[in-house]
Amino acid sequence: MKILMSGNEAIARGLYEAGVRFAAAYPGTPSTEIMEEFSKYEGVYAEWSPNEKVALEVAIGAALAGEKATAIMKHVGVNVAADPLFTVSYTGTNRALVIISADDPSLHSSQNEQDNRNYAKFAKIPMLEPSDPQEAKEFVKLAFEISEKFDTPVFLRTTTRVSHSKAVVSLEDPIPYTDKTGISYNPAKFVMVPINARARRNEVEKRTQDLTAFAESFSENKMEINNPDVGIITAGMPYNYAKDVFPHYSYLKLGMVYPLPKKLIGDFAARVNNIYVIEELDPYLEDQIKAMGIKVIGKEIFPYTNEFDPGIIQNAINRGDRPVNAAVKSIPPRPPNLCPGCPHRGLFYTLNKLKVFVTGDIGCYTLSYMKPLEGLHSCICMGASIGMAHGMSKALKAKGQGKIVGVIGDSTFIHSGITPLLNMAYNKSNAVIIICDNSTTAMTGMQEHPGTGYTILGEEAVKLDLEVLVSALGINNIRIVDPYDLKNTRAVIKEELTKDGPSVVISKRPCVLFKRSKTKPQKALQVDPEKCTGCKVCLGLGCPPISWKKMERKEGSKREGISVIDENLCNGCGLCLQVCKFNAIK
Amino acid sequence: MMNSDVRSILLAGVGGQGILRASDIMCMALMEAGLDVKKSEVHGMAQRGGCVTSHVRYGEKVYSPLAKLGSIDLLVAFEKMESLRYLNYLTKEATIIVNTEEIYPPAVNSGDVPYPEDSVAFLKSHYKQVKEIDATALAIEAGNIKAANVVLLGAISNLMDIPLNIWQEVIKKAFSDKLVQMNLTAFLKGRAN
Repeated sequence: MKILMSGNEAIARGLYEAGVRFAAAYPGTPSTEIMEEFSKYEGVYAEWSPNEKVALEVAIGAALAGEKATAIMKHVGVNVAADPLFTVSYTGTNRALVIISADDPSLHSSQNEQDNRNYAKFAKIPMLEPSDPQEAKEFVKLAFEISEKFDTPVFLRTTTRVSHSKAVVSLEDPIPYTDKTGISYNPAKFVMVPINARARRNEVEKRTQDLTAFAESFSENKMEINNPDVGIITAGMPYNYAKDVFPHYSYLKLGMVYPLPKKLIGDFAARVNNIYVIEELDPYLEDQIKAMGIKVIGKEIFPYTNEFDPGIIQNAINRGDRPVNAAVKSIPPRPPNLCPGCPHRGLFYTLNKLKVFVTGDIGCYTLSYMKPLEGLHSCICMGASIGMAHGMSKALKAKGQGKIVGVIGDSTFIHSGITPLLNMAYNKSNAVIIICDNSTTAMTGMQEHPGTGYTILGEEAVKLDLEVLVSALGINNIRIVDPYDLKNTRAVIKEELTKDGPSVVISKRPCVLFKRSKTKPQKALQVDPEKCTGCKVCLGLGCPPISWKKMERKEGSKREGISVIDENLCNGCGLCLQVCKFNAIK
Repeated sequence: MMNSDVRSILLAGVGGQGILRASDIMCMALMEAGLDVKKSEVHGMAQRGGCVTSHVRYGEKVYSPLAKLGSIDLLVAFEKMESLRYLNYLTKEATIIVNTEEIYPPAVNSGDVPYPEDSVAFLKSHYKQVKEIDATALAIEAGNIKAANVVLLGAISNLMDIPLNIWQEVIKKAFSDKLVQMNLTAFLKGRAN
């Protein structure tokens, strides 16, 4: 049967077809849908773990217990999981373990553009890289075969364009699930104290040699000899971009990007005249191929940054941009914005007015750094808001008193915020931390987490009580506010800023898109055109339904226009009503 | 040299307009018609009121799900101003369908810049085939303002060589029972316009 599938849907299907019934993940674009789709297959165990490190450790444990297991994450999630990653390479997996890393060239929805192929080489873990959804499905199955055969974790790397493009995929029947679970003891292999780890270290080198030999004849390292004038060495999505514009050149398409088949690459080089290495981001293949003594053209003509497309490859090989003579009319940008009624809006409007430095974090609220809210001043990685707020407050001493606020979402706090908050209590911090608790993982599309009280499989779960947790960490000043109540939110934060010692304010209000939300849309508000003075204060909320309508100035009036509210977009949250000093909104 | 048998369509608009659903339906129809098809889009931050685009490419054999600059044959703008953002992707002979709905971006809302007034006139001065459609009004006529995306699919269907019954079958599969009739009506309104 053939159906249209995204790369992520195809990976989930591949897991199912491979007889995999165990997966752990933390959501992150562009990887999220893999777990969401996998969890819908019958008989699977799927979990959202609190972060990627936990997800990988859960999968390692499941493989040790005899499951075929997978841990799924976005590229930066592998940084979080890096600690277990480098050592599970030594222990091997017992049954089978595949780590799925979804990279994001062009930073469509990420804080950096790291090339996770480097992790494969660094941690000495084989890596497969599919180029489209059909391959994504097949490569998952191959990854599990390799993992079982060589007793190694295996990486499957996708990029945004593989994960989020859709194509026609042929489905196959799943391999029946075989239960091989059981407890087995093997301390020499799984207790990584130095004496055992030294022995395993040698095994890793031996395994890499075996894998290199395997790579030479691996079915997905494919040579296509057409016109021998030009030979292209590539992997993943760039293969498709190149084939689109240069269908008649010769290709070596690498389905396995670590370890590399040196002999195969040498053979290909001997059969073509000019060799181009086409790869997004780092010169990962290029550097290794050049080290083999093979002359290739790579990053001197192809960009280091951003994803490619067929035109970029065509222009680079043909040496020179071919300008596109397009009609041009400049139009305003359209950046993403917080939704109408978003609970973050009131909080960040308040923080802006309080003139504090706000260390931010990863989530929808990061968008509030933009005009007009401008309520957030740093964003590095998951959880960084709290450690940074503490560091700034310590460094600034008296100068930072009442000036430093860290803001973090509920899911992000659970992911990476607990230890730095413990640190704030332990090391006597002075900053205020605000947990924006919208009761979901909103940015990636409403995933459950330990604070929501439900699992991905829809079962009821223990619901984390943030107040109790924060208190147990040693924070004595804990306040709860409703960010729809601007006056109280401002008063409480102001009060906490004056206190000695760390404070936590929980800004509590479910995401407006959240299905279990108690925030039901209210009646749309309206501006009274007689009462509106055109002061533009409500526009400072940056709320999508509120816009400025220019008017001709009447004699004796300073008014140049009024605010209007689009009733189709407004959900009546009431923030504008609170900021209007002229009672013009009702 | 270029794989010239492949046609490329660009759907462009604003998060929340149902662009991805529309391109899914289009791809399913192409697949049912026996063609190879690939599409590409970006999720994530773009959902929050930002720009959304979907590339759809089809033919006998498609490699890239992304079109290169200067190669799009048909642009469908789900929002009026968004019709102007991707003109560098179009061929000179491209056809453009523009939904006349206006959705203001933040800089227009705040009064800092005006909403571009004359976008359709501009398009008409540069491209021969420009068609305006009030998909929102037709969707309301069909019974649900949210079906504007399916109205636009109806308009697009006139330019694609896919039998009507395939479109209808795919729409039946794409929506829950209670929304099917309304969406079929919306599709036909777009097709008749």
